[in-house]
This record gives sequence, structure tokens and C-alpha cells, in this order.
Amino acid sequence: MPELGRAALALCLGLTLYAVVAGAYAASTRRRRLAASAQNALLAAFASSAAASVVLLAALLRKDFSFTYVAEHTSRQLPTAYTISAFWGCQEGSLLLWLLVLTGFSAAVVALTRRRSPDLIVWVVPVLGLVATFFAFMLVAVSSPFATQVPPADGAGLNPSLQNPYMMIHPPCLYLGYVGLTIPFAFAMGALLARRTDELWIVSTRRWTLFAWTALGIGQLLGAHWAYVEVGWGGYYAWDPVENAALMPWLAATAFLHSVMIQEKRGMLKVWNVLLVILAFCLALFGTFLTRSGVISSIHSFTQSPLGGWFLGFICLVTLGSLALVISRLPLLRSRTRMESLVSREATFLYNNLLLVALCLTILWGVLFPILSEAVHGEQITVSGPYYNFFLRIFGLPLLLLMGIGPLVAWRRASLRSLGRSFIWPAGIALAVGLLLLVFGAGSSWIGLLAYTFSAFVLGSIGYEFARGTRARHALTGGPWLSAFAQLVARNRRRYGGYIVHAAIVLLAIGVAGSSAYDKVREQTLAPGQSMAIGHYGLTYKQLVKRDGPNATEFRALLDVKKNGHSVGTLASGKNSYRAEQQTSNEVGIRSDRLTGEDLFVIADQINPNGTVAFKVLVKPLVNLIWISGVIFLLGSLVTLWPSAAEQRRLATRYRELRAPARA
Amino acid sequence: MTVLALAIGALLAGACALFVALPFLREPDPVEDRLNEPGALERRALELAEERDRALGALKELEFDHRTGKISDEDYRELIGPLRARVAEALRALEPRAESTEERVRAAG
Repeated sequence: MPELGRAALALCLGLTLYAVVAGAYAASTRRRRLAASAQNALLAAFASSAAASVVLLAALLRKDFSFTYVAEHTSRQLPTAYTISAFWGCQEGSLLLWLLVLTGFSAAVVALTRRRSPDLIVWVVPVLGLVATFFAFMLVAVSSPFATQVPPADGAGLNPSLQNPYMMIHPPCLYLGYVGLTIPFAFAMGALLARRTDELWIVSTRRWTLFAWTALGIGQLLGAHWAYVEVGWGGYYAWDPVENAALMPWLAATAFLHSVMIQEKRGMLKVWNVLLVILAFCLALFGTFLTRSGVISSIHSFTQSPLGGWFLGFICLVTLGSLALVISRLPLLRSRTRMESLVSREATFLYNNLLLVALCLTILWGVLFPILSEAVHGEQITVSGPYYNFFLRIFGLPLLLLMGIGPLVAWRRASLRSLGRSFIWPAGIALAVGLLLLVFGAGSSWIGLLAYTFSAFVLGSIGYEFARGTRARHALTGGPWLSAFAQLVARNRRRYGGYIVHAAIVLLAIGVAGSSAYDKVREQTLAPGQSMAIGHYGLTYKQLVKRDGPNATEFRALLDVKKNGHSVGTLASGKNSYRAEQQTSNEVGIRSDRLTGEDLFVIADQINPNGTVAFKVLVKPLVNLIWISGVIFLLGSLVTLWPSAAEQRRLATRYRELRAPARA
Repeated sequence: MTVLALAIGALLAGACALFVALPFLREPDPVEDRLNEPGALERRALELAEERDRALGALKELEFDHRTGKISDEDYRELIGPLRARVAEALRALEPRAESTEERVRAAG
């Protein structure tokens, strides 16, 4: 039913366009019924994009090769799970997912806030409609997933590296993040258009921003794990432009989540916050542009496509339009309060913002430079790992340190005597850890040593904050200590949820530092029966086995593994040869040590006809902390996201007692 | 298949059009078709309420930070006065409006 898909998309385009035109006209002329009609159009746009998505999903599941998209990206042998993931595995389908998520979020925003913030939502609808119109137009006129052809006997199959369970969750998670950033952007623009510079737009979008930020963070971590287990080069992050494209909006959103607290608590940084929201959204669009346009060659990017020019034009329109709006509203955004001291919580947030934005823009320059050099000189100059690693250390280490300093410093200003008292325990722990690490030989990498010392400081300050907060709560209310702890977190979920997220970032830093600064690599070709050693591991290559999987022939080299001379089991590493796709993929062997967080990582780089195998073996200390940090990050985000009844009551009272049309 | 697809498409389009037109169909001839908009007074009152909540929040935070030991007694004594004054100022600024609201409610019976 490609006609139904095409019709649903054309209908979606018409509805979103109506939401823009009618919505903007209704907002500027204050027409109530027309504004409600524009809001309904956005709700209906979700229904039509959902209908288009159902058509594509049904075609994929039926393996209907009369759909060009289905024929090019699936095959009869492709397992059902990967057939579903082919929906977002390629260009047209992923654009449809963008539209589906965007219209879904827009419908949720309209349904949840049309009564709470009616005077704001009327301006938010045309902004959301504009973004949705762009994607609907792309799908209708430029890159349709409903193109048809004479059905071939079998499809071309799916790229083998996308045939991994992580592809079921990693791209949708990233999309929730990318698209989710549209919501704070639309509310910020809506507030400026409505000339409302109070906190309503921030209150209305707080959870949306947190949700998008969490999804983007988890999506990246899932992507890193996918790269680690599937791509088979021994790493998890390669500073690939498309990986960077997801990291940049996350960094901008992280900066926003911190600086918005200064606006809420001190009424400052209104312009800066709006600029960060614009930056985060434009970077989310830029990330989509990088993946869809084919301007860069990456494992994640799709082929050269006509989308690039359209995306670039839209990004320019959004950037210039929103900046012009900010400039026109500058008099309204002036803050009445000033920072009282450079040694205060808000000052540490400001330093953190400057570092995050500097890191974000440095990465952006690294992504843009090869594209610009190719456009200007016709020659692509690659910006690789050392550039990014250098700036990650320059900005990342002070950021890590600030994560420890921030919680210890009070709002407004902090005196030396207060600081001395707060710092003594965390700083003492950090120094002790640093010295211990030096004694145990971690001084071979000063970056690693510094990162670990700072990490100890951050964990010390977080632990200290939880401890003295619980003690104060216990002194106030009495009762069991556990109850005091639970009350502490429940009464200030944003603060303590944030600390849990900080702890996750520290674990990530420890994992990254450990696995990159102290890793070991060895390459050796082995015949069956031969052995090799790396670190405290010994590996003996036993035999090569071959078996037929559902859509690939699997070759596995089996190795006996010994650790400190004791046998710890067998590891299989090899390659899959995909029949329909006519491609091979590396299937690495990983042995994780749950106690130390270390991985033994074996790549069968080349399987020779004479039975010998060229192995690349890595020992990656503490790498599993990276994945554990994801779980803790999610936990901290959930604590922060969980609504606080007391806060809801306070906001509801604020808006109700003023007889303002908005309620939180 | 094409006819079925077109029929479903037409049904979807019709339902969407009906839904979009619903506000006009529900109220073909409304008494008032203007969107409520907060006036300058309401906006100012909202700013004051935000300022009041901010000051109250800062006061609570200061108390808690003092209790946890993050803020010394000397710093606490220095900071508490101006903060209390700010809270009082914000509450005073909102008072006249509260009275007039009450009066309006009383007058309306």
C-alpha cells in the first residue's frame, strides 16, 4: 500500500503547514478557535505520520520488495528483529522516524500544556509545526520511503554492522534525544514571540529537556557499546563525525541544564539560556544533516543524497531566525540581578558552562574543518583523535574538578573559612588516592593519574554532601538514618539526582582513563596449538570452527584463556560472512572480569586459508565502568525527572493566585 | 489494493479535517473568540511572585546549608539579614494586589 503511505505523508505535510500558518495567524491576532484548530492539526499530524509508519513497518514485515526501501535494506533471510530495525537503519526510514517522534512529542506537548499554558502554547504550535513541516516536506518531495519498483526475487539485505541487538534501541534512543530538544527550543521561541520572559517556558520544558538529554546520553552510550562489540576495532568512541554530532547537542544541553538553575534561583543568564537552547537544537539538526547528507564518510552516515542542501538551508533559517528573535527581545531579557562573587555556586556553574561550550565548539570545529577544507581547497584534511583528545583533556579535566568543587560551594558567595571546612575531607581523600596510585605505578600516565585524583575528589565531595545532608535531616526529624537519607533525596530530587549523575560521569571518566591510558595491545598470527601472552593473560589458539547461521556463515577461532596461569575458560572470536549482503563482519570475543571491570578483547583480524589466524588482543582495564556508569546515569536522571509534589504545589499556587492563565 | 489504500487515505484525511475544524463546529457563533492574554499588571505580578519564590527558596537553601555546615555561623549571620529583607520586600510588593483581589471577590459577592 505505498499509495496510503504517500497519502498519509502528504496529509501530514498539509496539517503541519496549517499548524504553522493558522497557528501564527491565530497567535498574532489572538483568535481562540483558530489557535485551537492549529493545535488539533498538530495532533492529527501525529495520527497521519503514525499511519505512514504503520504502512512502512507492514511492508518491511511482509518483505514487500515492491517498496524500493524494503528491497534495498532487507532480504528474505534477515531475522525479524533486524527487519524491524531496518525502519530506522537507512535514510528515508530514519527521516520518517524523526517525523513520527516529532509529531508524537508535539501532540503530547499540545495535550499536556494547552490548558496549563494556553497563552504560551499558541506560539509554540507554529514553531513545532515549522520543524515538522520541514521533515514532512523532505519525506514527500525529496526522500520518500514509499518509492516503488518491480519487485526483485530477493532484497539486498541490511548492512552487517547494523545487524546487532543494539541497533534495535540505539538509534531510536538517539532520536528521542535529538527530537526532544525541539521542545525546549519551541517553548523558548514561543516565549520570545509572546514576549513572555518569565520562567513559564522553563517550568513547562524542564522535564522535556531532561528527558531529551537523558535519551541522548543513553543513546550515545548504547552506540559506544555497539561500536565496542560489533565494529571490532577494540574501542568504543572514535571521534567519528557522526558520533561527535550526537555529543555536541548533549554538551550544549548539559550546559543549559546547569545554567537554567541560575535563572531559576537568581533570575540571571536569560539570554545565555535561550542561546544554549538554540545551540542545542541547531546542533541536533546539524547532527541529522551530517548523517543524512553524506558530506562526511562515516560508518553511521548514509550515501550521498540530495538532502544536504535542504538541511543546510533549514539550519541557516533556524539559526538566523532565532538569533534575530533573541536580538529583537534583548531589552526584555535583561537581568536585574548580578553575580555577587566569583566564588559561589552560580560562578562554578558559569565556569562549567564556559568549559562545556568551549568543548562543544572545539568539537564542532573539528567536524566542520574537513568539510570546509574540502569545499574551499578541494582537499579533505582529516581531524583525528589526537586533536579531540587534546581538547578533551584541556577542557575535560577542569570540568571534572568543577564537578567536585560545585557541590561544596554555597550559592551567592562562599568565604574561605566555609570553603576550608567543606574541602578538607574531599581534598584529603583525593590526595590520598593520588599518592596511593603513584605508589602502585599509575604515574606512567600523568593524565590518568590526574583524572583518577580528580575523580576521587568528586566522589569524595558527592559522598560528603550526601553524608552531611543526611546528618542534618536526621538531626531535624529524628527517626532512622535511612529514612533521613530518603527524605533528603525526595525533598531535593534535582540536586541529589544531579549528584548521582555526576557520580556516573566520574565512573565514565575512570573507565575511559583506565581503558585508554593503561590498556595493552598485542598482535600475533597463530596456528592451531600455538600460544601468546598479554599482561597477565595467556591465550592458546585451539581450532577454527564453521557453522551456518540464519543469514550468515560464521567462522570462529576458539582460544583457551588463562589468567595468572589459571584456566578461565574459552573465548570465540571470528567473522560472519553474510550471504545476501555479500559482506563480512568482525565478531569479537570479549571476556569481562566482573571484579576488576577489566576486559580481554580478542579480534580475529584475518583468517587465513591455511588455518592460521592473525589476532589482535587488547586488555582494557576498568572499561566495564563505562557501561555501569550508564545505569547510574539513568538512575540519577530518573530521580531528577521524578515530579516533586511540593514543587508542583508551589508552582500551581504561584500561577493560580495571580489569576494568570498559566498553571504549572 | 490501490482502491482500499485510497479509501483508507480518504477516511484518514476526512477524520483529520473534521478534527481540525472541530473548534469551529463546536462553537459556530461564539460570544467571545479572543485568546486570554496576561496584561502588564499580571505580568508584573508574575515577576514579583517569581522573585518571592526565589527569595524564599534561597532562604530555605541558606538554612539547610548552614545546618549541614556548608556555611559557617559568621557567613550565615551576614547572609540571612539581606535575604530576609528580600523575602519581606517581595511579599510586601505582592500584598496590595492580594488585597485588591480579595476586594474584587467580595464585591462580586
